[in-house]
This record gives sequence, C-alpha cells and structure tokens, in this order.
Amino acid sequence: MIEATEAKLKQVEPRTHYLNANYGIKSWLLTIDHKRIALLYLASITVFFFLGGAFALMIRLELLTPKGDIMTPDAYNKMFTMHGIVMIFFFLIPAIPAVLGNFLLPLMLGAKDLAFPKINLLSWYVYNLGAIFTLYAIIAGGVDTGWTFYTPLSVNSTSQVTPMAVGIFINGFSSILTGLNFIVTIHTMRAPGLTWFRLPLFVWAHYATSLIQILGTPVLAVTIVLLGIERIFGVGIFNASLGGDPVLFQHLFWFYSHPAVYIMILPAMGVISELIAAFSRKKIFGYSFVAFSSLAIAVYGFLVWGHHMFVSSQSVFAGMVFSFLSYFVAIPSAVKVFNWTATLFKGSISWDTPMLYAFGFIGLFIIGGMTGLYLAALGLDVHVHDTYFVVAHFHYIMVGGAVMAYLGGMHYWWPKITGRMYPEGWAKLSALLVFIGFNLTFFPQFLLGYQGMPRRYHEYADHFQVLNVMSTAGASILGVGYVLPMIYFIWSMRYGPIAKANPWPGSGLEWQTSSPPPTENFEETPTVTWDAYEFTKDNSRRYDVVKQGS
Amino acid sequence: MFLFLLLENWIPFAPEQGSSVAETVDWLYVFLVSLTIFFGVAISLTIFYFAMRYRRRSDDEYPDSIEGSHKLEALWIGIPFAIVMVIFWWGASVYFTVFRQPTDPLDIYVVGKQWMWKFQHPDGQREINELHVPLGRRIKLTMGTEDVIHSLFVPAFRVKADVVPGKLTSIWWEPIKTGKYELYCAEYCGTKHSGMIGYVIVQEPAEYQAWLSGGAGGGSLASNGEKLFSQLACNSCHKTDQSGRGPALEGRFGKSEALQAGGTVTIDENYVRESIVNPRAKIVAGYDPVMPTFQGLVSEEQLLQLIAYIKSLGDKKPGELPGGTATPTTAQPSAAKPAPEQPKPSTPTPAVPNKK
Ligand code: HEM
Ligand SMILES: [Cu+2]
Repeated sequence: MIEATEAKLKQVEPRTHYLNANYGIKSWLLTIDHKRIALLYLASITVFFFLGGAFALMIRLELLTPKGDIMTPDAYNKMFTMHGIVMIFFFLIPAIPAVLGNFLLPLMLGAKDLAFPKINLLSWYVYNLGAIFTLYAIIAGGVDTGWTFYTPLSVNSTSQVTPMAVGIFINGFSSILTGLNFIVTIHTMRAPGLTWFRLPLFVWAHYATSLIQILGTPVLAVTIVLLGIERIFGVGIFNASLGGDPVLFQHLFWFYSHPAVYIMILPAMGVISELIAAFSRKKIFGYSFVAFSSLAIAVYGFLVWGHHMFVSSQSVFAGMVFSFLSYFVAIPSAVKVFNWTATLFKGSISWDTPMLYAFGFIGLFIIGGMTGLYLAALGLDVHVHDTYFVVAHFHYIMVGGAVMAYLGGMHYWWPKITGRMYPEGWAKLSALLVFIGFNLTFFPQFLLGYQGMPRRYHEYADHFQVLNVMSTAGASILGVGYVLPMIYFIWSMRYGPIAKANPWPGSGLEWQTSSPPPTENFEETPTVTWDAYEFTKDNSRRYDVVKQGS
Repeated sequence: MFLFLLLENWIPFAPEQGSSVAETVDWLYVFLVSLTIFFGVAISLTIFYFAMRYRRRSDDEYPDSIEGSHKLEALWIGIPFAIVMVIFWWGASVYFTVFRQPTDPLDIYVVGKQWMWKFQHPDGQREINELHVPLGRRIKLTMGTEDVIHSLFVPAFRVKADVVPGKLTSIWWEPIKTGKYELYCAEYCGTKHSGMIGYVIVQEPAEYQAWLSGGAGGGSLASNGEKLFSQLACNSCHKTDQSGRGPALEGRFGKSEALQAGGTVTIDENYVRESIVNPRAKIVAGYDPVMPTFQGLVSEEQLLQLIAYIKSLGDKKPGELPGGTATPTTAQPSAAKPAPEQPKPSTPTPAVPNKK
C-alpha cells in the first residue's frame, strides 16, 4: 500500500497538468478544457477591466474641477457611456461566472468538464466577436447615449450606436450559452454522493445566476433589435409622434437590466460564502437559507424593474407596486449578511487576503444594500433619482461588492489555478488600498447626490467641488489598488512559491485534486460522503495525505 | 425642538429646505441614515469582534460546526421585514404628498428642449432657464418636451419629474421662503445636458407682481391659445353654440366624458393634448371621428397655449362668449389674422390643416 503510493508519487513528478499538457497558441485557442477557457476569459476580461478603468479615470479627472477643462462635452459623454458599457457588459456580467465559474464548477462538482465543452469554447469566441464590434464602435468615434440607451436620444444619436448595439447583442449570446451550460452541468454532472444540499454555495449562486442569464438576456436581445429597427427604419415603436411610447424602451431595458445587476452580484455572494467558510473553517450558518436566498433573489429580481422609473411618468399605482416588491428583494440579501456574520461565531478565523476581501465586501455591501432601501422608498427616490446618490449606490454594490468578491476569489483560487502562491504582504496592501480608495471615491458621492448633483454632468456648480476632489483622489488610490494584483499575479506565475494541493485548506472538491489540476480534473471520480464545508483535520488533508505528502 | 433645529439647518450635505415637502422628505432620509448607521455599525462591530475573538491561534484548529437555527433565521427575516415595510409605507406616504395634485395652483407651462427650459406664465410672460414664482402660492408646472426626455429637478424643493415626448407631465411645490434655487435637468439628454440648468426665483407676491408687469409679453397664455384656436380653424367645428361637428368645449375641462368606445375619460391636460395630436384615439360618445390630426402643425408650446385656453373655457357654460381669463380680449380674431407675439412655429401654420 505504502509502496504503491510512493511509486505513484515518483511517477507524477514532474507532473503534467492542464497548463503544461500541451503547448502552442493552437492548443489554447482550440482548447475545450474549461480551465483553459477560463484563462482565455480571464485575459479578455482583464483587458476590458483596464479599458473601462481608463475611461473611469478620465471621467474623474474631468470632474476634478467644476468646469469642463480637459475634454469637450461630447468627449465626456462618450467617456461615461463607454465606461458603463464596457464595465457592465464586458467585465461585471461575465467576470465571476466566466472566469471563476468556468474554472471551478466542474471541479466543485467532481466532473471532468462542463456538459458542453465545445459550446463553452464557442461562448468565448462569441464574447470576443461582440467585443470586436464594441471596440470598433469605440474607435470609430464612440457612443454618447449612456449605457442605458434611453430612447428617443439613442434613436436620434449620430454616434456609433448601431455597432455598439450589435456588440452587446452578440455578447448576450455568450452569456446565455454559459448559463445554459452551467445549468445542465449542475443538473447532470455531479459526482456520486454529491446531492443538491451538499453543493457549495458557490454552485447554488451560479445556478441562480444562470437562470437569470437564460431568462433575462433574450429580453435584452429583443430590446436591442427593436432599437436597431427603430434607428434604421424609424417605424415608431418608441416614437410618440408615430404612436409609439418612449417609456416602453425603459420597461424593456430594465426588465433585463435589473435582473442583470443580480447576474453581477449573485456569483459574488457565492464567492463570499466560500471565503467565509474556508477562512473560519465553519459550515455556513443556515446553509439552506443562504442557498434558497439566491433563488429568491433571482426570482424577485424579475419583478422590480419599475423601481428605476418612479419619476418617468409611470402611474402612481405602478410605482407603489414596484416599491413594495423591491423590499422583498432586500430580505434575502439581508439573510446572507446575517448568516455570514453568524458563521464567524466560534470559528477559527484567519486574516489571509481573501478573508480581508470578504470582510471588505460585507462592509461595502451593507452600505450598498441599505442605500437601496432609500431608493426604493418612493418619496425619497423622487429627490435622489438620477443624482450621484444612485451612482454611489450601484458602485457600492457592483464595484464594492462584485469586484471585491472577484478579487477575493482570485486570491483564494489563485494557487489552484496556477499552482503558485501570491505574495501575501503585497496582497494585503492592495486589499487595504482598494478598500480605502473605494470608500474615498464613492462615499462622497452619496453626499453629492443628496445635495442634488445630477449624474452624467460634465460641468457642475462650484459648491460641489470639494466632494468631487475627494472622489477623484480616491479613484487614484483605487487605481493603484487594482494595478498591484495585476503585477504580483504575473510575478507569482514565475516566482511565487509552489502551492500545495490544498493550501488553505478548503473543503470543496476543487481542493481534492492537485494544483494545478490535471486536464481531466481528477485522477479518479471522487465519491462524496460529506456535507459542504465539513472542515475536519482529516477531510481538509484528504488529498495531501494520500497523493502528495508535501 | 432641538431635533427640529437640527433638521432645519443642520443636516450635513442637504440642500436648503425650500418647499413645504422638503422637510418631510428629509425626515425620511434622517430615519434611513440612522437605520443604516445602526445596522452598519452593529454588524461591522460584530464581525470585527468575532474576527478578533476567534482569531486562528494555530494551524490545527478545527472548530465544531454549527448547523444554523430556525429560530434565529425567523428572527432576522422577520425583523428586517417589519422594518422595510415601515420604510415602504413611509416612502409611499411622502410620495403621495409630493404628487397629489394641489387645488387652485398657479399654473405655469414648461417646454424642455435640448438644452434649455422654456417657461410660460399664465399672463403670457416667458422666460428661459429662469422661473419667477410668488411665495405663498402652490406652483404647478405642466411640462412637455420638443425632443428627448428631460427631467426637471429642483433639489431645494425635493421634487423631480421626467418630461416625456408625447405626453404632458406635471410637478408642483409650495415655496416656503424667498430665494434663488438651482434648477437642473436630471435625465441625460445629450451633449449639453449639464448646461440645461437654471434658477427658480421665489419672490414676495408684490415683487412677483412687479416682475410680471415689467416683463409682460403679448397677451395671456389663454388668449394666445384662443388666437391659435381660430387660426387653426378649430372653431369651425368646436362652435360655442353646439352647432359644429365637434363638441363645444365650454364647461368641459376637468369633467369626465363617456367615450364612443365605451368607458370614460377625464378631460385633463393629457387628454386635450392627445385629442389635438391624435384625435381618433379617444372619441367622445356621440361624435364622428372627423377631426384631423394637428401633429407637426402645432409646436409643443402652442399645444400648451391651446390647453391653457381650453382649460380657461372649463369654467364657462356653452353659449357664453369665450375669452381669455387675464386679458379679456373678447373680439373674435379672424382666422387669417396673424398673431404677432406667437413664437415662430416650427412649421408654417396653415389656416386650415390638411385632412389626412
Ligand atoms: C444585490 C444587490 C443590488 C445590486 C446589484 C444593485 C444594483 C443597482 C444598479 C446597478 C443600479 C443603477 C442602475 C442605473 O441607473 O444605471 C441600481 C439602482 C437602484 N437600486 Fe439597486 N442594487 C442592489 C440592491 C438594491 C436593493 C436591496 C434595493 C431595494 C430595496 C435596490 C433598489 C434600487 C433602486 C430603487 C434603484 C433605482 C434608483 C434610481 O434610479 O433612482 N437596490 N441598483
Ligand atoms: Cu435635459
């Protein structure tokens, strides 16, 4: 028995794994390995993250002074439009599902790959095809309608709305395909013994997200097609003088885009559940409540779109209904926060970087979520709607929440993805910079908003300047906080200390295979006899003891 | 009392409370801020405390797991639910105060246009990006737009409403002190969105009166509307003595009417507007769909003048001679007589619109 293990150890050393299994550009561009596809996504998404970030810095620089001194109004309008489009459609929506989800779902399920590996590769190509149209639209002059494309402005605009719309339309299919693939995979590819209620919460979160992706994204596609028809043929769907309704566009748009904000945050919540569990070595308190809260958010998310339209001339009655329903979405989010907190009770809590991100996430998510209550309160939303208050709210959720979770997850699974550890000291520093920079950037925007500074303003009244200067200062700190991980991650791929199979240790199946995993994920299909997050000395070392002994 | 003072002048980063509802909105805000601080601090401190207290001491620590507790779950679903329902109810009641239509307001008409706000007072004065209003009146704006969606926003009054192509929206406030307040466009509307700004100037009634007479324009809104009414030959069908092919309009505004297709409609600004640009949408019972559309023939401003005129007929009985409210120009202008004070219509206004 012992001899057999030793023989095996010798045999796997130097090991082949998914990164070195084969070489060359073609082996990457034609790969159907979900792990490699995840890295392809990582590359594309990182490009867009920094592109979107560059636009953001330009916006903040312009807003340093009340006057429009570094760019024309047109240029400014294009900046915030493209910032929004790039960040939302090409970074936030795909980030966690396409990178971490792609990499981890099969591993967490004990499967060899996703259900449809070729479709998975296709969805990356579809993403990039969409990206090409979008980049074309940007280079050809940009778009000035705001990422929300409200009609009639977007119908009349002479900027590159059409190629941009085509880009987003195509990109949507990538989202649908990924969602479909995840759902089928979760249903059919679970390892023996891995029942629904033994699934990591990350999987539950991705399940709920995928439902939104396949049900909601087609509506976006339809909306964009209608917008295209309107621009090219002018049939009058959204044109009041031809009997159409300009507000109809907003209904269609938010029917997708409100659920879409949950596409961004649900996977993030999944990541945070994993981090909290692993770094307190505890099962998530009230596991099934947290799992069902994801589904509840996905379902309610479809019923509240009208809360973006309280002052749009929507009827008072509709306003009441949408406000009422919005408060139901708040509850499952609150459940998660309370359960994460309770999980820490009597845990064994480490302060490693991923956990710092998780703590940061919770703090920012509380502020982001609670300010949602302000916006859903009809009478108060009338005042703060379309001001910087809203800008602050959604950045707290999407940047403070989703991006924090994404970074936390990247640090946590980095050893699994690359087989190398990142430098802990630098990572802690960057987590700190991100947290401080973020708050300095966006907290002042709540105050600006309540004071009445409207969003999407190129120039503003002098008395708003102090808070804007703070915000811009924060943005530069935030920028440094984001660039740092990029640098040390690249550094660590070469020089980072070699990672163990299960360095933290974590409890999920993804940690029960070597780091990085072999192409087929597991040497033999695992059989699961334990619940999610059962941290015991033996379980956590399961793989180490048997296979690596390092 | 102290709290009240605090609210009056002391909410940090809040704009001045310039209208009767501002304080109501601020109270809700203060409530929510307190709630946020309470929960934010409580949860953060708990997390921080746990994270310190249960900090990992050795790498071999494996704590016992805790499944969860239905009692606790029920508690922290129930309490937040109760709280959010209070917020919902409070928010909705503030909304009703903000949107419930005031009785006997001072009616001002607004047209939004890339990138300016055009105001028309009932007596005919016009202003661009500046709006003078008297203290002590409820001010109601009836708003239309010539191009894209805009949104009129006065932070000090805590009111905002979108201005949407194809319909009229409205907004009102009651100023509580004199002063000059910033006015913004809050719905992104293209290149110079951030330049679509202005001021609301709240004056003592006497000052306002003086301002009105200083800048008096040509005739009241309603009388301009009346001129248009005959220029466009609306009066060839809508005759005061009920002998025309369309209904007489006296005494109708604000009433509800049975429709040909069944149901009823209230004759309000939006119904009048619709009847002018899309007359066949809702036909009053007893009439034929013979009215031509005036879409494209009347500008948004002219629409508002026509509405003001028809509104002014609301108090009259059929058969009474029509006339403007403020400047009684009772002589019926002939259809061909040009009205010199009209703003340039975007399309030349023919005496008789072409039938479609
Ligand atoms: C999972 C957490 C949440 C996410 C991801 C999220 C995301 C967003 C985003 C992206 C926007 C702005 C969209 C835009 O105008 O560009 C927004 C606005 C809004 N959110 Fe949230 N939000 C979250 C939580 C909440 C909660 C819990 C509520 C209500 C109880 C809420 C209520 C609102 C309302 C009413 C608006 C519209 C505000 C306005 O335009 O005046 N949000 N949210
Ligand atoms: Cu505007």
